[in-house]
Amino acid sequence: MNWTWFHRLGSPPSFYRFAGRLAPWLGGFGLLLLAYGWYAGLVLAPPDYQQKDAFRIIYVHVPAAAVSLSLYVLMAVAGAVALIWRMKLAEAVMVATAPVGASFTALALVTGMLWGKPMWGAYWVWDARLTSELVLLFLYCGVIGLHAAFDDARAGARACALLAIVGLVNVPIVHFSVEWWNSLHQGSTVLKFGRPAISADMARPLYAGLLATYCLCAHAILRRAQNELLLRERNTRWVRELATELGGGARVS
Amino acid sequence: MKALAAIFARELRLAARAKAEWLMPPLFFVIVVTVFSFGTKPNDPQLAAFAPAVLWVGALLAALLSLERLYRTDQEDGTLEQLLVSRTALSFAVFVKGLAHWLLSGLPIVLLAAPLGLMLGLAPPHLGPLVLGLALGTPCLSFIGGFVAALTVGLPRGGALLPVLVLPLIVPVVIFGAGSVRAAQQGLDAGAPLYFLAAILTLTLTLLPWLAAAALRNAFE
Amino acid sequence: MSPEFWKMGGYALYVWGSFGIAAGIYLWNLIAPRLRRRAILETLLDDE
Repeated sequence: MNWTWFHRLGSPPSFYRFAGRLAPWLGGFGLLLLAYGWYAGLVLAPPDYQQKDAFRIIYVHVPAAAVSLSLYVLMAVAGAVALIWRMKLAEAVMVATAPVGASFTALALVTGMLWGKPMWGAYWVWDARLTSELVLLFLYCGVIGLHAAFDDARAGARACALLAIVGLVNVPIVHFSVEWWNSLHQGSTVLKFGRPAISADMARPLYAGLLATYCLCAHAILRRAQNELLLRERNTRWVRELATELGGGARVS
Repeated sequence: MKALAAIFARELRLAARAKAEWLMPPLFFVIVVTVFSFGTKPNDPQLAAFAPAVLWVGALLAALLSLERLYRTDQEDGTLEQLLVSRTALSFAVFVKGLAHWLLSGLPIVLLAAPLGLMLGLAPPHLGPLVLGLALGTPCLSFIGGFVAALTVGLPRGGALLPVLVLPLIVPVVIFGAGSVRAAQQGLDAGAPLYFLAAILTLTLTLLPWLAAAALRNAFE
Repeated sequence: MSPEFWKMGGYALYVWGSFGIAAGIYLWNLIAPRLRRRAILETLLDDE
């Protein structure tokens, strides 16, 4: 197998150009798909027979929750790559993922609360999924805070990578422990909802929303990774050339 | 082995010199628990229901109090750099430091927990799970906290960052630790959560010194 | 759109609240990196 493409992509200037070409497509496609998903979810999909119109929150809640977990795994994997192969690009991706993931974790929590109030009668229930999501938000915040505290970007990124990896082991343990904790007092049957097979009219917008959210996250991460590379490599030739090239056109757009 | 014994002895000798440093966490623990009782109405029978949570949060706060110093003084006087360049495996040195930290801040809390539990109205048969849980859980606090202290060593704002990073990581320890007491209070088996705590302890003892050593090396590169 | 649509069967606050906050988060994720990039490039140009 030929690995040159990989090494080429791993070098900051070529990744910067690659991300610059890919990101607009991801962003545009994601926005279009999201517009369809939300329109179909809010207008075309019929109300649920059990939850009526409140079920439509699924179209923002589920993508946010899915992305919050996936991005955490991505962050930890990028962190592991950064630690093992000392790859600058993986560090930049890891640092770029944290704020995006944190924002969607917060969204999943808030929409979960807004969904919980009409359905369970309470904004917050200490069940395993909600609590794990909350701990996930704390972990994201920890990574962001730790990175901000370091002056040296590389040492900061590697410290964050270690924290992210420990957190990755922590999340399933938290999930399991809260499940055990809930089993201590019986009768949390409020949470038991029948899970009927979801009809195609309801499922299609959900899948569209999921894909759209992944595209938009990828867009945001690529853009943030670009920023991180610009900052870190500000004294190298390619960044200086890029800056003067963009500055030559008077304003930076 | 000799080097590790020397590190251990040094930790204890330093602690013996600075008595205020290691007397503070247990005192803090006692004060937190007492102040909590003042927050409820006098002789509230419900206090016993909250006792496990209060004692565990108190233990946690007391451990946090002393964690920030774990590597900071060593970093200031250059001991840490000596450890990094020495032939002793850094992860073992970190392990020994964690052990010394537990001996000085965790063990007193384990010993104090039983009388404080009685003060909070905990029934004597429930003290067993409490003390056993703390005996298994406080080393987890020392080692998880030690890892985070290694991450933040030398950072100007490390002290404020430490609790924020430690707290989400010790959620399962608190759940199982306080849960074992509550299980006993409800007449359930207190053994299961204690086994889970033991599993978490094994995991932290084997993995975290190694990761903490990586964090220390990273901080000095 | 009919007024029925905006009422969401009585769940308007929850549904529109969720979608409103979601719109905010998605927009922030699109705009924040762009603003930061502009700020970085400006400081880079100032350095020269």
